[in-house]
Amino acid sequence: MLYREALNKAYDETMAKDENIVTLGEDVGRYGGSYRVTEGLYEKYGEKRVIDTPIAELSIVGNAVGMAIGGLRPVAEIMTANFALLAFDQIINHMSKLRYMSNGKLTLPMVVRFPQGVSRQLAAQHSESYEQMLCAVPGLKVLAASDVNYAYHALKHAIMSDDPFIFIEHELLYNKKGEVDTSSVIDPFKAQIRKEGEDITIISYLKMVDDVMLAVERIEKELDCTCEVIDLCSLNPIDYETLQTSIEKSSRVVMVEEDHKTGGFGAQVVAWIAEELFYALDAPPFRIAGADVPIPYNRHLELLSIPTPDSIAAQIIEWGRKNDV
Amino acid sequence: MDKLLAKEIYYEMFLGRAFEYAAKEYYMQGNISGFLHLDIGQEALSVASMKAFAKGDVFSTYREHVMAIARGIEPKYVMAELFAKADGVSGGKGGSMHLFDPSHFFYGGDAIVGGHIPNAVGCAYARAYQGSEEGVMVVFGDGATNGGAFFESLNIAATQKLPLLFLCENNEYAIGTHITRTAPFREQAKKAEPFMLTMSCDGMDAQAVYKSVSKAKDLIEKGHGPVFLEAFTCRFEGHSMSDANAYRSSLEMKHCKNKDPLPHFKKRLQEKWLCSEEEITALEQKAQSVIEEAVEFAKNANEPEDKALYEHIFVEA
Repeated sequence: MLYREALNKAYDETMAKDENIVTLGEDVGRYGGSYRVTEGLYEKYGEKRVIDTPIAELSIVGNAVGMAIGGLRPVAEIMTANFALLAFDQIINHMSKLRYMSNGKLTLPMVVRFPQGVSRQLAAQHSESYEQMLCAVPGLKVLAASDVNYAYHALKHAIMSDDPFIFIEHELLYNKKGEVDTSSVIDPFKAQIRKEGEDITIISYLKMVDDVMLAVERIEKELDCTCEVIDLCSLNPIDYETLQTSIEKSSRVVMVEEDHKTGGFGAQVVAWIAEELFYALDAPPFRIAGADVPIPYNRHLELLSIPTPDSIAAQIIEWGRKNDV
Repeated sequence: MDKLLAKEIYYEMFLGRAFEYAAKEYYMQGNISGFLHLDIGQEALSVASMKAFAKGDVFSTYREHVMAIARGIEPKYVMAELFAKADGVSGGKGGSMHLFDPSHFFYGGDAIVGGHIPNAVGCAYARAYQGSEEGVMVVFGDGATNGGAFFESLNIAATQKLPLLFLCENNEYAIGTHITRTAPFREQAKKAEPFMLTMSCDGMDAQAVYKSVSKAKDLIEKGHGPVFLEAFTCRFEGHSMSDANAYRSSLEMKHCKNKDPLPHFKKRLQEKWLCSEEEITALEQKAQSVIEEAVEFAKNANEPEDKALYEHIFVEA
């Protein structure tokens, strides 16, 4: 099953059970979804539940907030993270705050989904990552789906939960293949160990997990070590417990992320490690992140602006040699 | 409008004004902090619109104390909220600008100008989807009609034929800037004309407001689609307690206060509904004592406990 099909399955199974679940966004209905995530839902559930909206992101999220207040369970799709910026007033001032400001009188069972990150030469206004901004907002739960099984279980959880969720996908993951295991439910807030190892803990999330996995064999060979690769999965809250267990074992940690390094999401993870696990470390924590530039159109420059399997391997090997791995 | 309702409207207008004067007093004494936006002068609009839209959902702005009370939230819980107490309608975590009570279908209390209009559109969608007989009313000022959220909402509400009443309180000022300096015309209904039926009324006349809101409510709930109602009004105080109101001349203020809805409606009570001076005085005394009790309640109410800081962020921990 493909990643986008797993998301579609999560929609379909939840919508079939609860007619309060509706979805809205640009081209989600008759067109079938820009990335085909909502394909077939319009035909199956009709235009009242699969709502084609104008190109008006503020209203897509703003209306979803009102639908949730009115008793529905809306799932809003934003075409790409950069467009979500037009909805940031609704996400930050309304979706995240109404429950708290009303002292728990309002409940907002809703999800805002969007893909983000560098795809292929879409340039600066279609390629960025904004998890760092959204994770800085109390009142939102933020999930980042890097694999097929997690995508299915986590989206189902988010849709059925009574809390407001930001659900982050990646443009290059929609056609990723994998299996969905429906025999058991997974905890979407628990980080997943994608590969076990002893000497270096590599923390990542979303598409960078795949890039780390592609780099790991070379790193292990060159440094004669083993790496543990952790997929955070939930960016808010962060599963610090899983990180701690791994770092106490390895005593070395690398954070790999696609967003810009300054103010990037990994800064929070590394700050926590420095505060809580300083004496467990045998080397300074290392961050590999996107360059502090708008994403350029040119393919060569574009790849220079973000971590790639090659650059991840090269940087970790250099860091490892300097730090006696 | 019968005599009973007319008396109720006068009582609540008087109650609202007494509430606002008490809020002003306790703000100056330091019991109330933050931004405090008084509704003095606009009571006819706030009370009569709520009485006409007695059922259905209401989304309002940060100038909402009188509306919240007219919607049925007891003044003592509103006052306690202004005093930042745990017994306040929002547990002391919202304050003057954020009064919410879903049991009265009253959803604030929004302090991002125009930000609540898309929420009302979504709620109207939910009501249509659920086959509800009740519609939704969203209240906003003239200043909000210059923003993108407003225009997006007109477009979506009209396209989807939603049961939504847009009630524009046109008091001509966005804080201290006159509407004619930020919009090409004085009547903001012109912005809605391509999308939906528009109406206007004298927002200083409780009877006119009641009649117009009732008519608009009936239309939206009978499948007519959204309606835009513009009520021309006038606030007697500054935008908030932080605003000295220096941008309006004494002549303009005199003209404004000549339209004071309370004495006008009182006169009508006497002439049209033959209310005696004693009947009216009894209403006024009752309102005064309710506000005095509300202030006592707020003064003596509990402060939130420290643990409230982390409460009600999420449903599921």
